Amino acid sequence: MTAALEVEGLNRSFGALQVTHDVSLTLERGARRALIGPNGAGKTTLVNLITGALMPSSGSIRLNGEDITKLSQEERARRGLARTFQINQLFRGLTVLENICMTIGERDGHCNNLWRSAGARRVVIDEALDHLESLRLVDDALKEVRELPYGRQRLVEIAIALAQKPRVLLLDEPAAGVPSSESHLILDVVAGLDPDIAVLIIEHDMDVVFRFAQAITVLVQGAVFTQGTPAEIMANEQVKAVYLGQDGHHGGGHG
Amino acid sequence: MAGNDISSGPGNAGRAQARHEAAEFLLRRHRFRPAEALPWLIAIAAFFVFPDRMTFGSQVLVMILFAISLDLILGYAGIVTLGHAAFFGVGAYTVGLASARLGWTEPISGLFAAAIMAALAGFISGWFLLRYRGLTLLMLTLATAIMILETGNFRSDITGGYDGMPGLVFQPVLGMFEYDLYGRTNYLYALAVLAVVFFFVRRIVYSPFGQALTGIRENVRRMHAIGSPVHRRLVTVYTIAAAIAGVAGALFTQTNAYVTLTVFDFDTSAKVLVMLILGGTGRLYGAFIGAAVYLILEDHLSKLSPTFWQFGIGILLLVTVLFARRGILGVIEDLGRFRSWKGRIRMVPGRIVWSNVQWKGIGMAAFDGALIGLAVGFAANVGRTNLLWSWFVTEPLSVLAWTAAGAALVAAINIGYLVYAERSATGSTPR
Amino acid sequence: MPQVATIAVSILFDGLAYAMFLFITAVGLSVTMGLMNFVNLAHGAFAMAGGYFVVSLTQSYGVDFISSLIIASVLVGLISIRFERRLYRPLYKAGELDQVLLTIGLAFMAIAAFTFFYGPIPKSVPLPQWLQGNVDLGFRAFPRYRAFLIVLGLFLVAVLWYGFERTNIGARIRAAVDNRRMAESVGINVDLLFTVTFAIGSGLAALGGGLAIQLFGLTPYFAVLYLVLFLIVVAVGGLGSLKGTLMAALLLGIVDTAGKYLIAEAGGFFIYVITVIVLLLKPAGFYGRQ
Repeated sequence: MTAALEVEGLNRSFGALQVTHDVSLTLERGARRALIGPNGAGKTTLVNLITGALMPSSGSIRLNGEDITKLSQEERARRGLARTFQINQLFRGLTVLENICMTIGERDGHCNNLWRSAGARRVVIDEALDHLESLRLVDDALKEVRELPYGRQRLVEIAIALAQKPRVLLLDEPAAGVPSSESHLILDVVAGLDPDIAVLIIEHDMDVVFRFAQAITVLVQGAVFTQGTPAEIMANEQVKAVYLGQDGHHGGGHG
Repeated sequence: MAGNDISSGPGNAGRAQARHEAAEFLLRRHRFRPAEALPWLIAIAAFFVFPDRMTFGSQVLVMILFAISLDLILGYAGIVTLGHAAFFGVGAYTVGLASARLGWTEPISGLFAAAIMAALAGFISGWFLLRYRGLTLLMLTLATAIMILETGNFRSDITGGYDGMPGLVFQPVLGMFEYDLYGRTNYLYALAVLAVVFFFVRRIVYSPFGQALTGIRENVRRMHAIGSPVHRRLVTVYTIAAAIAGVAGALFTQTNAYVTLTVFDFDTSAKVLVMLILGGTGRLYGAFIGAAVYLILEDHLSKLSPTFWQFGIGILLLVTVLFARRGILGVIEDLGRFRSWKGRIRMVPGRIVWSNVQWKGIGMAAFDGALIGLAVGFAANVGRTNLLWSWFVTEPLSVLAWTAAGAALVAAINIGYLVYAERSATGSTPR
Repeated sequence: MPQVATIAVSILFDGLAYAMFLFITAVGLSVTMGLMNFVNLAHGAFAMAGGYFVVSLTQSYGVDFISSLIIASVLVGLISIRFERRLYRPLYKAGELDQVLLTIGLAFMAIAAFTFFYGPIPKSVPLPQWLQGNVDLGFRAFPRYRAFLIVLGLFLVAVLWYGFERTNIGARIRAAVDNRRMAESVGINVDLLFTVTFAIGSGLAALGGGLAIQLFGLTPYFAVLYLVLFLIVVAVGGLGSLKGTLMAALLLGIVDTAGKYLIAEAGGFFIYVITVIVLLLKPAGFYGRQ
């Protein structure tokens, strides 16, 4: 069986600064992998490289066996690659429902249609509401995104990614910026994701990482430091030295 | 699945209700509302009430059409352009040149020709320009429009240059309706064209494509991430808007029976931008209100004094940007929403938290105001006598009055400004 | 052949004088736009105000031309501080559309106000004896005023270059243009820096306005008439780049002058073609950050 996502020998530099160094990574179908590493390790850069927001200097990326290295961000998204952003990237002036409907519209190509009313497609609205219902967002459906508290906005961020019907989902610190009293809501959602979706999650909270992930990749200074099961990583003294020991359980900040 | 505690909202029945309401909202949104008949009724009423002002009325309709085309790209897709006059000019000159040089005087086919030429210009320039955003795009649109203007000026043997092409002849509309001295035919003709184009634009705005445009406006990074072909969408809407601007330009030439290169001026681009902002962007009818209010004010005030009018536009712009960023229509909507929507779409109005107000800042504002008043007072005394304001411009003591008035005025403006700042802080100002 | 050479020298000379005017007036705009990404369409209004102050000072108060230039520049620089603090600052984080609208509004108000007080008729300014007439360089006579403009321009280029590249404040400005957040995190007071830069830039614009009276005559519409040119110089040169602004001013000044000498009907056509081509190839201008 081909892997959902295969990253091989990925490099990227900004001028003289090499931020991604020979990174290889594989996500099997339905995988649950966490990507951890100290601040500035290049985690978000890696996500940007995989989604096509940045182009790699060298290396290859395959999605379900297809080489997508040269494809644009749009084309990758259309092939089932979805992401969430570390800092919300939402349509703030639109309602929650519109946020989701638009995503579905772009996914199914309805948005090429200039004539038919957006509201005329009951199927789209129903599907959008299903997504919202699964994240308990229906009550907020008609609110503009900017009116929601940050924690619920994070849920919309995930809802949009899910509405893309992704086969590979990259979650960039889904609970970042959310008060710890509310973050469990988001992490419950993450834990309950469709088992067919391959998920790569960047997360600083080690409790979450160890609970959620079947495999962990540790990134240090742009390179893969080590990979393994949670148990192996937990037992690895070097990882503790470079990462866990450095800033404790809740390594704060944004990588 | 997600835990039950994720929402403290109502139970299943309540949720089904919320779901139903949400679906209904989207299903109904594109339907015509009774209030939407209002501008058309006013336009028809104007025809009977002001039969001798129909030439002016036609100009208003032409500018509404032009402003609508700008709304499509600025208000919906978020493309900031300083060169929209280019397409208006291309349309205007298409029918002008066709009539003067080719003898093609049939008006309706002229509109189509103008739309096609302007669309072509929009497609080509858009394809190159819309890769960029922000300042670069601003400069490119500006330079492109002036480049077309200078081309027209270069070949003034064909275009007539700044003297233009006066006395253009057009056939009666549909071969039946002759032009009359008061421009009544022109008015109805322009109104009919506006109605047809507006219906078309309204379809686009409520289509999935229109939705995608608002997505690009709200967050282009997210649009890329959900797989939207952003460049293609932008070029498409730019081409459509250019075609509509071209139709507006063609109508301008046909209703005036003349055209000069000023249609390409930066002034034309700026004017339509100001109209749209004044009315309100991204809400279709802002173009109606903005163009009408602007032109009616201009008509009255510039008779009084063109200088006053120019100062007036400046103040209008300042006030709109600082206090009513969503334009006249936005203000009307806010007022209406408080009553009718019962919090379903909650508006977060700007509020002043008095305990947070920094009085030192307001003092500084008053100081600024005093400086302005002082300057104006001195200038007035150095300057001229004016019958209305004789005391204020001849008495040395009046400088004090100017200073005090300036301080009071600016302090008041500053307090109003806090509302604006508060709004930006709570993020309730659109975009 | 000698005639071709004469025309070439004339183009070069007039183009250089024109370029110096463009540089002096636009350099402040470039730095402030680079520093704050603020689209200031009222920059021309500051230049126009400077011009009228020079007119008033020389004609109503009998101050000599050079002193008037200096006083007007300082005055406009000081006044601009209040504008920056009061009106511009709140819009730094707003979109460029809001900035465009606000500053267009200011420009309109300035035009109206100056028309009210000075009238729409072009103003001129009395020049001192030593700036009148021609200077003969052996093979050809050149207008003294333009020669003065070139010398002054080159002098200011040198001063600004020194200030920008060799002084502490220049280093701070460059750092802030380069990366504002980084500059703030190392303790540079970017707000204050910007106010100072804005004042200097507006003062230089006022100087440019005063110098332009003799070249083009001064009407209130000066505020928008040359604005497009300033913006083009800034965009083509690259935001916040002194070198870029100079290069762009030279290129556009000389090309425009050449165009007007050789193909008078073409007007400003060539500079807009160049602008579009440069921006399409290098959207950030010659020396701008990509």
